[in-house]
Parts: sequence; C-alpha cells; structure tokens
Amino acid sequence: MTENAYKPGSYPDLPPPPGTVGVYGWIKNNLFSSISNTLLTIISAILLYYLIDGIIGWFLFDAVYDAESKIECRKIDSGACWAVITKRVGQFVYGFYPEAERWRIDISFLTMFIAFAPLLYPDIPKRKWLLWFSLVYPFLAYILIMGGYFGLQKIEYSLFGGFMLTVILGVSGIVCSLPIGILLALGRQSNLTVVRTISICFIEFMRGVPLITLLFVASSMLNYFMPPGTNFSILVRVIIMFTFFSAAYIAEVIRGGIQAIPKGQYEAADALGMSYWQKTRFITLPQALKISIPGIMNTFIGLYKDTTLVVVIGLLDPLGIGRAALADTKWNGLSTETYLFVALFFFVSCFAMSRYSLWLENKLNTDQK
Amino acid sequence: MLKNKNKSTKPVIQIREMHKWFGNFHVLKNISLGVNQGERIVICGPSGSGKSTLIRCINRLEVHQQGDIIVNNVELTGDLKNLESIRSDVGMVFQSFNLFPHLTVLENCTLAPIWVKKLPKKDAEELAMELLTRVKIPEQALKYPGQLSGGQQQRVAIARSLCMQPKIMLFDEPTSALDPEMIKEVLDTMIELAETGMTMLVVTHEMGFAKKVADSVIFMDEGEIIEQNDPKNFFNNPKNDRTKLFLSQILNH
Repeated sequence: MTENAYKPGSYPDLPPPPGTVGVYGWIKNNLFSSISNTLLTIISAILLYYLIDGIIGWFLFDAVYDAESKIECRKIDSGACWAVITKRVGQFVYGFYPEAERWRIDISFLTMFIAFAPLLYPDIPKRKWLLWFSLVYPFLAYILIMGGYFGLQKIEYSLFGGFMLTVILGVSGIVCSLPIGILLALGRQSNLTVVRTISICFIEFMRGVPLITLLFVASSMLNYFMPPGTNFSILVRVIIMFTFFSAAYIAEVIRGGIQAIPKGQYEAADALGMSYWQKTRFITLPQALKISIPGIMNTFIGLYKDTTLVVVIGLLDPLGIGRAALADTKWNGLSTETYLFVALFFFVSCFAMSRYSLWLENKLNTDQK
Repeated sequence: MLKNKNKSTKPVIQIREMHKWFGNFHVLKNISLGVNQGERIVICGPSGSGKSTLIRCINRLEVHQQGDIIVNNVELTGDLKNLESIRSDVGMVFQSFNLFPHLTVLENCTLAPIWVKKLPKKDAEELAMELLTRVKIPEQALKYPGQLSGGQQQRVAIARSLCMQPKIMLFDEPTSALDPEMIKEVLDTMIELAETGMTMLVVTHEMGFAKKVADSVIFMDEGEIIEQNDPKNFFNNPKNDRTKLFLSQILNH
C-alpha cells in the first residue's frame, strides 16, 4: 500500500483523480456517462436546436419592427410584429403624459437610481452625502412629476400611465410599506395591550381582504373616512392602499424573522443592560430583517406586479395601455407581441429585485466568510 | 488552591428568604445567600435543581415572587431605573455564549459600552482590545463569532461582559457546551479573572475549578440550598447524604 510510504503527519495533499473535476469531468459525468445517456444528450441537443432556431427567428430575424398596421407587418415578414410596440412605445412608457414634458419623468427616473444607491449598497463611497439626496429625492420627484411649482406645468394624474405609473406605484408602495411593516411587526410583539391589539386588527384586516376591494374603496370611498376638506388625488389613495396591503404581509414576514431569533440573544442584551429600543435597533431588527429578506422581497415583487390591478379603477398601467393598443383596428390580434413586451418589462424589474436580494443575503451571511 | 487576598466582608449580594415559582412549580425555595466583595462562589447540583434560575434572578433575567434580592445596595424590583443600573454592574456569561452573530467580535464588545454606558467609540474600542488581549484573542477582533471555535466564542463572551466593567460576574455553566479540549482555555481565563479580585458566582460541574478557585461551594437540590461550605470541607467531608450521593456520582466516573 502506498500510504505506508509516508511517515505519519507528512501525508501530502494529492490532486483528485483525472476526469472527475472541472468542465471535462462535469460533461463526462452528466451528459455522456452511459450509452443511453449519450443518446438522450444527442436527441435533446437536436430538439433544442430546432426549438431555439424557431423561437429566435420569430423574435428577432423574421420580426418586423416598422410598419403601419398588422396587415402591412404580415406582408413584410412572418415573425413577430413589434411595430405595435415601436409605434406606441411613448405611450407604453409615459402613458398620456404630455410629450414636451417627458424629460421630467426621465430625470426623475434616472436620479432615482442615485437616491437608491446609498440605501441598497452600504459600502458606496460618499454614502453620507448621497443619503441626504435620498432624503430630498421624494420631494424632488414629486415636484418634477406632478409639476405646479417653479414654473413647471401642472400635470393631471389622469394622464399618468404605462411603465411610469407602475414604477411610481411600485416604488412608493415598496419604500413606504417596509417601515410600516417593521412597526406593525414590533407592535404585534409588544407587551402593551393597546399597541398589540391595534397591530393585530390592522394586519388581519388588510390580509383578510382582497386587494381589489381595497382599490375600489380607495377610488370611491376613502374620502368619506377622511376629515372634511381633505382631498387626496386618486394616485395617492391607491399608493396608500398598496402600502397598507403589503405592509401587513411584510409585518408577518418580519414577525417570523423576529421569532426565529434565539431567546439567548435577548438575554445577552438584557444582561448587558440594553433598553428595549437599543435591543430592537441593534439586536432584533438586524437579525430579523436578515432572516426575512427572501420573504420581504417576495412581498415586494408581489406588490410590484399587483400594480397592474389599478386597471379596474380606470388607471392605465402597461396592461391597460396594451389593451388600448389592441383595441385599435390597425393592430387587432397582436396580443402575443403586446403581452410579451409587457411581461418582459415586469420580468426584468422583478428579476433585478430578486438578484439584489440574493446578493444582499450573501453579503450579510456572517457564518462563513 | 488559589488563595483569595481580595475577599472582604463588604456584602455585594444579599438574598433573603427568596422564593420563585414557574407557574405552579416551586423552583426556588427559601433561598438565603450573602456574597461579599471579591468572593468566589461555585454552585453545583443535579440538573433541574434551580441553580441556573438562582443566578438568573440576580440580574433579573428571572423574576422572583417573594423575598428580597439586594445587589450593590440596590433592591431588585420592577423599577426599570434600578434594573438598568444593576445590569450594568453585573456581567453574565451563558452556556450557549449568546454572542451577536451579525456583529464582529469587536462590535460585540463595544456595543453596550457605547450605547448603555455612553462611552466614546474610541475609548470603548481601546477597552475592548485591552480585554480581548486579556482573554488572549486580540487577533480575532474583526472576525464574526461564527468563524471562531466554541472556546474562543466563550472567551469573547467573557470579554464582552467585562467591557461593561462590572463589579460582579455570573457564569451559567460556561463550559458545558464546549468540546473537552476547549474547556481548559475557558477555565484558565476564569481563573485569571478570579486573580484580579472579581466577585464571581459560577454554576458549573467542573469540580477541579471549584477546588482551585472557590471560597465557598454551594450544593443545591430541588430548589433548596442543601449545603454550603469551603471547598476543602465540602469535598472531603460532606455532611448531607444528598451531597455525598451527588459527589460520588460526579467524582467517580
């Protein structure tokens, strides 16, 4: 035996046997490990080739990008008729926002990334200064988008629509619902009976009612409940409803995270003399939020996609714009292209959120580094 | 045996006729105990005898229902102000370490001094490094607890408590969750701490430690203090039958 050739404690680290690791090893083990497996691999490869060839052809090479109507599209080529999108891309993005003022939306959208950067990436340089900008940003965006100040033309919210509406509703809902959700989760765990009861009632009510009902309430009834004289625009009312609805879900997700923290953590904090808010801020929340990241992101993505429901109260989200386009006799019947385009927009946004949450989870994982 | 030059007659903990119930279960029965400054007391007894509950009552992690507990001349009541002052004077080390896993070792040590004692960050960090050096792991300061061995984690936990500059240290089975080869490093740290004159109450089954360090050994069973004596008499000459049985069980295996 070769082992006996080494003295105890001097056995060297040997490389693994050839063909078991790396690309070559993977291919050998997974694709060509036996005759039947090899056959399957070849058949699948042929099938995939024809499938992908057809799909890519329809999407790209045989597609028509510029035409005046569906009939013209079909005359030019056999693939997708993207002309329905390219002719109406302005509407898909901005709704009926006046064309001359669309730069205001562009600036708000681009500066949004600067405002979010210090919140999403704690290691960013000059974070303190950027955080000030994050604080100012909501007001800046409000003034830019709504207008009515500094000589900017006032824009009616009824002209809002398309992806811009989705982003406004989604981002406002997400940003507002996280802090409210945290407070509700803490409230539900509180020792104060009043606080606990209010939190439980709020959470159970919001979770127990379909979102569409809340949106109808927002569009028709909310002003009855408000003190006389207050008159929120429908946009604000809808944002409030989205916020409350997802805050209730987030509260429950975070409560799960709080309950997953071992009791010893609180005992250690107690033994060090920390107060309730110190414990909450430094011990409970950092750990509970970390555990809850997948659930919170789940709720955010759900909220973002649920913004399409505003179509029932007459706001034109991208799906509404798409439906309007399809109702046009020129583009009648191009639902595949229209819905695929809208789906692509949602997929890109949601996938980005999902990847961010994965990155954050890895970053916060302190077990092995 | 480690001779205790720091022991004084100034009482820092006085427990008088204290009772505690968990629901209907009478877990601590008529406990009276005085601890002087600099004194080192080891509490032993079978599991379920109430020894952990007893020391957890001293910093009010558990609430007693009857009798008095006076720590540093302050009586333990529901008053939050009293509680905070007592807790920053009484350090505690747990069986399961209970380090904060999302903070580095250094942050674990500086969190409470900065926010509870309002120490400037720089001073807190200096103090933490000094104490981490004393428990012999200054080089791990920037790591996270999950990257350390059990023995190292427990030494960090001791340093974290010491950063609050407590007058009394409570140890709740500090070596019970450790692998055998790591028990010694933690016990050595505790022995060094004892040499500095710290008042210590230690719940442990490490009888070697008790013989070496303790001024007094307490045996508890079924919620009562059965016997209290100096280590020499406690081990060589136990008076109560239950103490004899317990000692024979843990010493002769």
